[in-house]
Amino acid sequence: MNLKIFFAAGILAAALCVGSDGAAAAPAVETIIQVSAKNFMFAPASVTVKAGTTVTWVNLDDEPHTVFSDAGLFRSSALDTQERFSFKFDKAGTYHYLCTIHPRMVGTVVVE
Amino acid sequence: MTDDSLDSPSRRKALGCLAYGGAGTLFVLAGGVFTPLDLAAAAADAERTARLGRPLFVQLSDTHIGFNKDANPDVNATLTRAIDLVNAMPQAPALLIHTGDITHLSRPAEFDLAQQLLSRINAGEMHTVPGEHDTSDAAVSEYFSRFGKASNNKGYYSFDHAGVHFIALVNVLQFKPGGLGTLGSDQLEWVEDDLKGRSASTPIVVFAHMPLWSVYEPWGWGTGDAPQLMSYLRRFGSVTVLNGHIHQIAQKVEGNVTFHTARSTAYPQPAAGVGEGPGPLKVPADQLARVLGISSVSVVKHPRSLALADRTLA
Repeated sequence: MNLKIFFAAGILAAALCVGSDGAAAAPAVETIIQVSAKNFMFAPASVTVKAGTTVTWVNLDDEPHTVFSDAGLFRSSALDTQERFSFKFDKAGTYHYLCTIHPRMVGTVVVE
Repeated sequence: MTDDSLDSPSRRKALGCLAYGGAGTLFVLAGGVFTPLDLAAAAADAERTARLGRPLFVQLSDTHIGFNKDANPDVNATLTRAIDLVNAMPQAPALLIHTGDITHLSRPAEFDLAQQLLSRINAGEMHTVPGEHDTSDAAVSEYFSRFGKASNNKGYYSFDHAGVHFIALVNVLQFKPGGLGTLGSDQLEWVEDDLKGRSASTPIVVFAHMPLWSVYEPWGWGTGDAPQLMSYLRRFGSVTVLNGHIHQIAQKVEGNVTFHTARSTAYPQPAAGVGEGPGPLKVPADQLARVLGISSVSVVKHPRSLALADRTLA
């Protein structure tokens, strides 16, 4: 499963499921979180996914952003406009992350 | 101070009238008091200018090499202009201080280009602190592989020059909710040790990337644990605290401590609280050079006094 998370304009964004049947038994799901130039937020700021889901963050902003797990689980490099970063969540739990360039931008991935 | 000192009350009053002139503003700092002086007036008064002495250091900030959006499609050109401005100074500054965001995306090619451009500057040794844009690579290694030597890769360090004690601090590596900068307990402990036993008459210059005072907390323009740092600095007679990050001049005097933020050489940002948030501010191309610039600090006659000047690129 792949989950894409855009860095998006607040209200606009909802989790986008891009279903694709892979060769493997389990279908892949992607959730997208966006960030906009105006309100500096991950959208959706919180997503709930099944274990084994890949979450992809896409930067739709003119400003660079990063995705940094405060538990040290993952850390992207600076994402320029339209660049993306993915991480596969294998274990259940609640994962908080933020943008190291704009640390007031925070988000959560809940893995069931 | 003697009667020709730039911070005498009468002169201060006279100079106050000259603040914010066209070419830029010179700030004279003596005993913790900032006095603004128009740069053009300084240039026209050779005697007064001579008293400013050799520029101690020049501060560059927020060069953002790699930035290529609308607010400034050519940050290399504006940095080059800033360097030309420094190279045209009658006397070369003894030091160059870069208060961070050297690069925009922490990419190796951006650091390489920044170093290549900065190598042209006619100033003494360069001292740097990282901005959050310089530590945004996943491994946080590009900045430190180039500039980490001065600090054993800690990022913070101190040195002495011309009787002035300089302290370089890092407030972009620990993240707190709300987005304020953080120094952290290890670094604060180090500062406390570093200052222990130093004479209160030693002029202190502290520099970091994010403001070490609360400029505007809703936008993260401050450092959460800076009050503890200030408690170590308060006993000193002359403390100058320099930052970048907000791409505009803001200043405050608190006792003997003067806080000053520098302009960027790349692009301006909105004034605190104006608009929806911080970020590159697009101004008409013919006005860009007026909102970019550099700062310089000179020793004024007596080593206790420092003069701080801001110049735009226009």
